[in-house]
Amino acid sequence: MITLEGITKVYRAGEVEVPALKGISLHIPEGEFIAIMGPSGSGKSTLMNLIGCLDQPSEGRYILDGYDVSVLTDDQLAWIRNRKIGFVFQSFNLIPRASAVHNVEMPLIYAGDSLQRHERAMAALESVGLLDRASHLPNELSGGQQQRVAVARALVTDPAILLADEPTGNLDTESSLEIMKLLRDLNQQGRTIVLITHEADIAAFAQRVVRLRDGVIVSDERQALATEMVR
Amino acid sequence: MSILEGLRLAVNGLLSNRLRSGLTMLGILIGVSAVILLVGVGNGASVAVQQQIQSLGSNLLTVFPSNARGAGGVQQGFGTGSTLTLDDVKAIANRQSSPDVVTAIPSAGGRAQLTFGNQNWNSSLTGTTQDFPSVRNYQLASGQFFTAADVDASSKVAVIGQTVVTNLFSGQDPIGQLIKINRQSFRVVGVFAEKGSSGGFNNQDDLVVVPITSAWNYLLGGRGRNVQQIYVEATSAQATSAATTEVTEVLLDRHHISDPTQADFQILSQQDVLNSASQTTGVLTLMLGAIAGISLVVGGIGIMNIMLVTVTERTREIGIRKAIGARRRDILMQFLIESMFLAGLGGALGILVGFGLSRILPLAVSSLPTPIISMPSVFMAFGISVGIGLFFGLYPANRAARLRPIEALRYE
Repeated sequence: MITLEGITKVYRAGEVEVPALKGISLHIPEGEFIAIMGPSGSGKSTLMNLIGCLDQPSEGRYILDGYDVSVLTDDQLAWIRNRKIGFVFQSFNLIPRASAVHNVEMPLIYAGDSLQRHERAMAALESVGLLDRASHLPNELSGGQQQRVAVARALVTDPAILLADEPTGNLDTESSLEIMKLLRDLNQQGRTIVLITHEADIAAFAQRVVRLRDGVIVSDERQALATEMVR
Repeated sequence: MSILEGLRLAVNGLLSNRLRSGLTMLGILIGVSAVILLVGVGNGASVAVQQQIQSLGSNLLTVFPSNARGAGGVQQGFGTGSTLTLDDVKAIANRQSSPDVVTAIPSAGGRAQLTFGNQNWNSSLTGTTQDFPSVRNYQLASGQFFTAADVDASSKVAVIGQTVVTNLFSGQDPIGQLIKINRQSFRVVGVFAEKGSSGGFNNQDDLVVVPITSAWNYLLGGRGRNVQQIYVEATSAQATSAATTEVTEVLLDRHHISDPTQADFQILSQQDVLNSASQTTGVLTLMLGAIAGISLVVGGIGIMNIMLVTVTERTREIGIRKAIGARRRDILMQFLIESMFLAGLGGALGILVGFGLSRILPLAVSSLPTPIISMPSVFMAFGISVGIGLFFGLYPANRAARLRPIEALRYE
């Protein structure tokens, strides 16, 4: 599903070159729930931007669902983000002036997919249990509800992967648990999920944990029992 | 993303900041209404001028003597020559040689001091023949015009205009009264009906008309028996150019001139006057429109300013939209539609306001010519305002479209 080969990313700050990623190779098969962990400055945000096709690597190859993403143009990347990736951000990133259902519909609008757009958005909201909040504006919803709207938005185009960047970072413990259960359920339905976090108890929901430090992978381990812990 | 979707987004965006959108729209509104109103005033003025000129008679030709040449061939002022005579007038009026001419009248005159009782008035004196009313489109309100016999006998009779009546006769019937024209007694035999507004032109009701022979004999002493102008009435407005040719031939023949470029007279038709007048008013309209157009440009800059602010404010939203799959084109369209909608709505409201003002303003300012609003100018104003939205929205929208998603998402 996802293959990273020798990915490096170098940022320029004036004259100085700052290497953020120093050769990452990683394979994520379909249906996996993987957590990428690391302290701040480890390069995990950079990696998440690359996996999410929001940025291009300096070197290396990135294959997503059969597409070599490292050679695509801006508009092609937009298409990949629209069709192949569902984003869940730490700060929800809903559009404040649009209702919950309109927020969920938005990826379909940019897909040029007008067929049953509203119905599909409502179905996505139903799958996160927010059907009764469809016409509410984001600021009329709790943090947990907003994040569930964001998950519904990520799911509505039926993407290849769900990319969650610190999805519980702005939530209280109860809402965090709710969101993580939702992600785990989605994974059990076959959805590939990439979770970026620095919290061990959040990473515990994943089947596989990759740790980053100073732009390189320092550990990559499976944790079969993780999902059992919350039961 | 469809246009409809873009419009929905635009309305949504504009409604989220009503005051700001309203004020921005006001800039375009004022510009468009100013263009419509001022161009309307310009058109109104040009129509008014044309009507006035046409009221002089659209089938009228005026023959002037050429500029007199002084010693050494120095040209003197326009119409200063003295080459036209009463016999020229008779020859032009002859229907055999000029079938497109109804009749012709001579004219000689100047300013004259009029006195009646203790009232004084300075007016314009015209000496002419009995056909003056028909050629110059004058009606008589009372009495009658002098006759051919009066011209032959150089009778001391006069016909006066309404302005003269008002200023000399306070409520008295002027018919039959003796007035003094340059200290010579003349009997008033007729009064012209009012010809109407003058609007900056010579007041057509301020005149005194006498037989040309009387003018020569008693009033224009020392200036000889020459004709200052000949007014020629053509059979119709369409016949004026044919009549011009005929009059030219008659006069060239009578003055023994073989080379038309050496002619000692000039012929001016009302059409010429009309053309030069409409040229002048056309320039006036253009200038008014251009001044109003400046305010439209200022309004456009206002739109650009606000769109730049909006783009900055919504940087994060742009980032979100890009992250979930909006292409450059989609973002560009969103902001372009928004600025075009803003300008278009302002333009539409400006058209309404312009219409309203052009109805109300003439009631408040009576000297203003009634504005005439032409439909093409309305459509053009609307089109231009949408175009301004497009032009001034292009830079902000392009800036939004080129934002990089990761930077936009990080923007606080």
